[in-house]
This record gives sequence, C-alpha cells and structure tokens, in this order.
Amino acid sequence: MSELLTFENVWLEYGEKIVLERVDLGIAERSFVSIVGPSGAGKSSFLRLVLGQEAPTRGRILLDGKALRPECGPDRGVVFQRYSVFPHLTALRNVMFGRECTSAPFTARLFGAARRAAAEEAEAMLVEVGLGDALHVYPAQLSGGMQQRLAIAQALMARPRVLLLDEPFGALDPGIRQDMHRLILGLWRQHALTVLMVTHDITEAFGLGTRVLAFDKRRVDPHAPHRFGATAVYDLHLTRKAPPDAVDLESEVLRLTELVITNTEDSL
Amino acid sequence: MRWVNVRPSRRNSVLLGALPLLLVVVAYLFASAARHAANPSDKILPTPAAMATAMHSLLVDADPLSGRLIFWADTLASLERLGLGLGICTLSALLVGMVLGILPAARASFGALVTTVAVIPPIALLPVLFIVFGLGEAAKVALIVIGVTPFMIRDLADHVAALPQEQLIKAQTLGASSWQLALRVALPQALPRLIAGLRLSLGPAWVYLISAEAIASDIGLGYRIFLVRRYLSMDIIIPYVAWISLLAILMDVALAQLSRRAFVWAHQTSR
Repeated sequence: MSELLTFENVWLEYGEKIVLERVDLGIAERSFVSIVGPSGAGKSSFLRLVLGQEAPTRGRILLDGKALRPECGPDRGVVFQRYSVFPHLTALRNVMFGRECTSAPFTARLFGAARRAAAEEAEAMLVEVGLGDALHVYPAQLSGGMQQRLAIAQALMARPRVLLLDEPFGALDPGIRQDMHRLILGLWRQHALTVLMVTHDITEAFGLGTRVLAFDKRRVDPHAPHRFGATAVYDLHLTRKAPPDAVDLESEVLRLTELVITNTEDSL
Repeated sequence: MRWVNVRPSRRNSVLLGALPLLLVVVAYLFASAARHAANPSDKILPTPAAMATAMHSLLVDADPLSGRLIFWADTLASLERLGLGLGICTLSALLVGMVLGILPAARASFGALVTTVAVIPPIALLPVLFIVFGLGEAAKVALIVIGVTPFMIRDLADHVAALPQEQLIKAQTLGASSWQLALRVALPQALPRLIAGLRLSLGPAWVYLISAEAIASDIGLGYRIFLVRRYLSMDIIIPYVAWISLLAILMDVALAQLSRRAFVWAHQTSR
C-alpha cells in the first residue's frame, strides 16, 4: 500500500511551549488510524495539523507526496464531536452543500438538472448512512447519533482523501456508539477511505483501527513541563483475526439490552 | 404545590395577562371620575368621553390651515421617518456586522471605531445633526440611524463571530470559499438575529424619533404631543401615547411573526 500522509520530523511550538516534537510517521492509504493519549498530549493539535488549521513550526507534512496546504480544503473531510452540521439547512441540503460550493462559485446554489443530480446523489448518501427517511428535517430535530450520521454523509460527499474524526462518538450513548462503529467500518471499507480518528475510548481505538497511535511526552521536565512536546510513543499495527464487523452474539445481546434500557435512539 | 411549579394554561395566561391592563384602565376611570366630581372642568385626567370628542376632530376634520387630517398625517409622517431610519439601520447593520463578524482583519481594523461610536449618547449629537442636516427630515432620520445602528452592528458581529468554529472549518473542508462561507453559512444564520436586534431597537428608535420631532418639526406624533402640552390637552396626549404604544406592539409582533415564518429552523427547540 502506498503512503498517503507523511510526517517528516514535525514540530509544533507556541513560543516557548512545545506541543508536538519529532513526529515521524507514514500513514498508508486505506488505513484506519486511531489516535489515543491523555488530555493535553497533542492529539487534537495533531489533527489540526492534518486539517490545515495550523502549520507545523518545523518539519513538513506531505499528502500524496506534495506539501500539505496549511488551510482546510476539500481533500480533507472532518467530523467533529459537535457543531459540524449546519443548523439552518435540512439534512438533504446539508449533504448537498459541498457540491453546491464546488460547482457554483458565485451563488453557491444549483438549479435545474445539476440540482436534481446533486440531490439524488445526496439522497443516496443519506440512505447509506441510515437517514433515508429524514431528508427534509432540520438538524435540531435529529438526535445526537443521527446528527453525527449526517455529518459523516456530508463529509463523504466531498470524496476526501483523508477523513478526520475528532472524538466523533464521544457524546453518544453506548448503544448508539456501537451502531455508529458498525456504520463507520462499513463506510470505510465501501468507500476505500483513509481515516484518522482521535478518541478517548481505548476499546473503540482498538476495535475500529488497523493501527493505533498513542501520543504522550517521552520526557517530562518537572520544572518546565512545557519544554518537552508529545509525540507518538506507541505505534501499533493491528492485524485482525476476525472480520471487524462479524456480529459477536454476546455483544449484540448487550447492545440490544442497552437499547431497551436507554430506549432513546433510532435503532434503524 | 410549590409556587414555582404553578404553570397557568395557555388560555389562563391570556386572561392573567389581560387582568393587570384592565385594572390600570379601571383605576384610571375611577380616578378621573373622582377628579371630575370635585372639579367638572378638570384637564389632568380627562374622561373617555372628553378624549373621544378631542380626538374626533383630529381624526375626521381637516385642519383649516393645511387641509390635512391631522392624526393620520402625524402618523404617516412619523412612520415614514421611523421606517426610513430603521431600514437604513438594518441594511447597514447587516452589511457591516457580517463583514466584522466574518473577517478577523476587518474586526481588528473597525471594531474599536464601532464601539466608540456606540458609546456616544445619540441625543447629545442631535444639535450636531440639526446643524449639519438642517431642520428637515434628514436630521430626524439620521438621529435614529446614529442611535440604533452601532448597537445592531455590534450585536450582529458578535453573533456571527460566535458561530461555532467547527461549522466554518467544516464548510471549508467541503470546498467553500470566503464568499460562499459568508453567503451560505453566516448570512442565513445572521438573519434571525438581525430581526431580533431590530425588535430590541424599536424602543430606542421611537425615543429618538419623538425627541427629534419634539425639538424641531411641524408634523408627527411626537411633535403633536409636545405642541398640545402647552394647552394641557391631556385628552389628546393620552390617546396619542396609546396609539404610539399600539403601533410599537404591532411592529414587534409583525417582526416576530416574520422571523417565525421565514426561519423555521431558528425557532425549533432541540430534541
């Protein structure tokens, strides 16, 4: 497999404070990389670097062998824990948004046949993430899990080279979270995605990832904790024994029990 | 049951809301009757009948000098000034507020200016406006604009700047340019706030309008009130004030309805 993302001795510093140091990584195409680590270990900073919200102060990041532009663009898709859908657009319009922006630079709106084509494609995407019967609903009326499904569909419409997930399931109920795991694994395989996911949940990290990166500081100076930055201290490549989405009877029973107990969400 | 948990039904709320208003009216009627019992030619608390007679001539009899129906001419003149002033306010607040809210560089350059203008008491500028624009319509409209616009700009700019960063990042990863971000993400979310800001500005706008009319004018609701004050004509002042209040309430309700109809998403409670 070819290397999609390359980090060459990447540092991120804010003045005196060093957040990330000596990050040397290669991320293969079609891999699912989970990023774990304690709070303040630079997981989110790492994601922001890939997203282009920030530029490394030293070293460089390559996407497809070319230097990464330090500005967000359609080659990178993102799903945040919250607020990553537009509250003023219906589900369908949310998913069409990307297409409308790329094909109509001035009005950012499509008309006629182009609009119908975009709507059809968006509808297919919504059906795929399980929102086929919520096309014309505003996000405020969707539950947390459904909003995340919408955010994923929206990101996938732009066909990103890398999909970045920043604790995407952190705010969801356990039962829903498992539904979402199944969904994201299915999409990952279906669309041949490369995924980078920051999470606090170790089980989730190992359950979904083909590779787990643990970020932490290698050294700590107790008198000047800010002088050493974090880096990927563990880099585990996982080989699965069983296909990840094979339904384990025990966990399925647990999941259904949870659903009945919490009784909140769309069981779809 | 605790008092904090007593919630009146919808119908009872309307009744409860009407009750104090009714009480005020009844109290006035009693006070007025009492004063007239003591002094039949009392002018301070006129009876409803006296108000009706006084207003009748303003409502239906043309003024012998100008040939106008005074009440309606006053209303029209005031509403014209108010509408023009608030229209200019709203448009400029939308334009400037959006730019300040979206572009950090514009905020850094002009934020301090807007804040400075906002703290100047507008009435203190009224003499300046009269000197610059003369005593005509322009000065009155300008007072409303100067009084209300800085508040609306700041309100809108703050609201746009407070849109979740995640939304803006997300839009950029979907390929949106700065212009598309403004047009498709910020503008639609700014509009309900603009209407809310306009509703809050209605009160101050009326204050500025009436102040300007009181000082230099020959027509308008505020002008009329201050004119008839010389003759102690409470029988005209009270109906005029009631009419101004009614107009203000109607505008507020109309704007609230407009926002509800046009921006359904902004008025849905989240699940």
